[in-house]
This record gives sequence, C-alpha cells and structure tokens, in this order.
Amino acid sequence: MIYFDLFLSFFQIGILSFGGGYAALPLIQSQVVSSHHWLSMNEFADVITISQMTPGPIAINAASFVGVKTGGFLGALVATFGCVLPSLLIVMSLAYFYYKYRSLNTVQGVLNGLRPAVVAMIASAGLALVTLAFWTNGKPSIKFQDLDVAAVVIFLVALLILRRWKVNPIIIMLAAGIIGGGYYFFA
Amino acid sequence: MERNMKFYWKLFLSTFYISAFTFGGGYVIVPLMKKRFVEDYKWIEEEEMLDMIAIAQSSPGAIAVNTSIIIGYRLGGVLGALITVLGTVTPPLVILSLVSLAYGLIIDNFVVKCVLRGMQIGVAAVVVDVVITMVAQVLEKKMKLPIIIMLVAFVAAFFIHLNIVIIILLSGCVGASELLFHKFKKRGNKK
Repeated sequence: MIYFDLFLSFFQIGILSFGGGYAALPLIQSQVVSSHHWLSMNEFADVITISQMTPGPIAINAASFVGVKTGGFLGALVATFGCVLPSLLIVMSLAYFYYKYRSLNTVQGVLNGLRPAVVAMIASAGLALVTLAFWTNGKPSIKFQDLDVAAVVIFLVALLILRRWKVNPIIIMLAAGIIGGGYYFFA
Repeated sequence: MERNMKFYWKLFLSTFYISAFTFGGGYVIVPLMKKRFVEDYKWIEEEEMLDMIAIAQSSPGAIAVNTSIIIGYRLGGVLGALITVLGTVTPPLVILSLVSLAYGLIIDNFVVKCVLRGMQIGVAAVVVDVVITMVAQVLEKKMKLPIIIMLVAFVAAFFIHLNIVIIILLSGCVGASELLFHKFKKRGNKK
C-alpha cells in the first residue's frame, strides 16, 4: 500500500539524517529515486531547486512533493508525518532528560562546552550565507568585478537597520526581496 | 504564562510564521526562533536556548523541525511540541503540494528568481545580526575556554566542514573535562 510505503520511507529518512539540511539529500535520493522510483533523477533535481526557492526543510519539501505525486494530499500528509515522527520521539526524550538532569555538575560542564560551539556553528552558517549573497557563484574571490556591489550595499543597510532599530527580521527579508528583486530585474 | 487556548494559538502562529518565511535551510530558522522566543516573548532564557539548539542539532531530522519540537515541549509539554511541529510543517506542506502541480512554470520564472536573490541577501543580514549578538555575549564573559572552543569550533565547521554531531560531542567532552579538572585541583589544594 502506497501510504504505508511512503510512511516507512520517510520515517527512515527522518531517523537517519543527522546534521540537517543537505545531509539528508543522499538518503532521500536512495529512497525516492533508487528504491521506489517515485521520482526520476531529473524530478529529484527539480525538488532540490524548488526547496531552495520555498520555505521549509528539504526533507519535508521532498515528503510533500513525493506524497502529492504518488498519493494525493493524504500521501503528502502521511509522508510528512513519517518524516517528523522520529524527530518528535527523539527530541522529546532528550529534552526530558535535559530538564531532569541539567542541574547536575557534570551536565553543567558539558553544557558549558556546548554553548560556545553552538554559537560558532551558527556563525559558520551565517558566513556561508554572506558568501552566497556577495559572490553570485558562491565562491569568494579577491577580484572586485566578481563582487556583487548591490548585494553588499543592501546587506549593510539591512544589518544597520536591524542593529539600530531591532526591526522584525521578516520585514527585512521581505524588503530585501522587493528592493533587491527590483534591482536585479531591471539591471 | 498560562497554558490556555490563546497561548497555544500564539505558539502555533509563531512557528507557522517563522517557518513560512524561512528560506535557505535550517540554520536560518534558529536565529529567528531565538529572536521570537528569547528576545520578544522572553519565554526562554538565553543559555537555555543554546542548550536547546545543541539538542536539536544532535538529534536526527531537520534542524528547523527539531528546534520547534524542543521549544514546544519546553513551553507546553507534549501538546506544545505537537503544535509547534504542526506550525513548522504546515507552510512547506501546503506550498510544496501546490507547487508540485505547476512547478515548471515557477522554476523558470525570472521575476521569482530576482526576488529570491534579494531575499537571500536579507536572510544573510538577519543571521549575521543574531550572530553578532551571540558572539558578543560569549566575549563579554572574558573566560578563556569558551572563547577558544568557539574559535576552534568555527574553524572546524566553516573551513574543515567537520560533521556537526562530532563538533557537539567534542566540545561537550572538553566542557566536562574542564569541570572535572577544576574539581580535582580543588581537592588537591585542600590536602
């Protein structure tokens, strides 16, 4: 039965994808393209492109896309549920232990080590986004003509507004989409 | 805060709203959630939020989904977690279901491409804003070890592309051994 297959496949994708984001790609590919032939390799590439254009994690996007294609909206629901179920069970169990034991000394030590590392990883992701915004091909280069000057200006203005007036980030993203979009459209 | 209908509705709406505007991968959602739940609502402490992010990252699955689960669980128990996960998956579920019907038209659309490129720049600014605040908080404490851990973890993540789970495990071990080392030293001094 298609619904059961969808659930099982995306449950496996959900439980095996450590590290988030693109770490899930090969898993999704092996389930959706190689084992079940729900998508062709071209359609799979399209799902990745669409995921970059639309909000949401790539695994959830793939689950919805494949689900609709093979089993209608109910298929999308089942696949998405299968994909998040492992997260629900594992994260809630870890959270339970965290709140139970976090006052313990050793756990405090572990957490003291973790916090700066978490900051570093978010910083690393942030810098990757900046490189992607400043250099159209995503690779930093010292040549001035490779630099997207408009992007740098929009970025600096947006950052200044955020630091100075603490504006809602969603407004900043939408404004950048409209202003930047307008610029690229006419440029 | 009281756990009534209004509270759960607020929880759903916050995660729905954040998820609907999170383009470009899991890490973008983390600063947005931090801003909403730590800075705007003040429902979660700064340090607790970092611990929650570490738990979300060490678990399998999408970081955006995991972060919303742990926030929901912390604020509203199992029901809270179900509500935040629903809020997080609804936007991609609906959008992708619609897109799958006519995706050829959307992928090749020039206007869509331009707007997305613009939004990418805005997203970068939002994440950098949160990063500046977080790094400043680590530096302010003027403790050597956290700063060293932060620098080493940054190099490992950005330049070496070391697996996130490994970085988390190692930094946790360093933190624990530092604590044990201090305990040991104290005991030695007493004798």
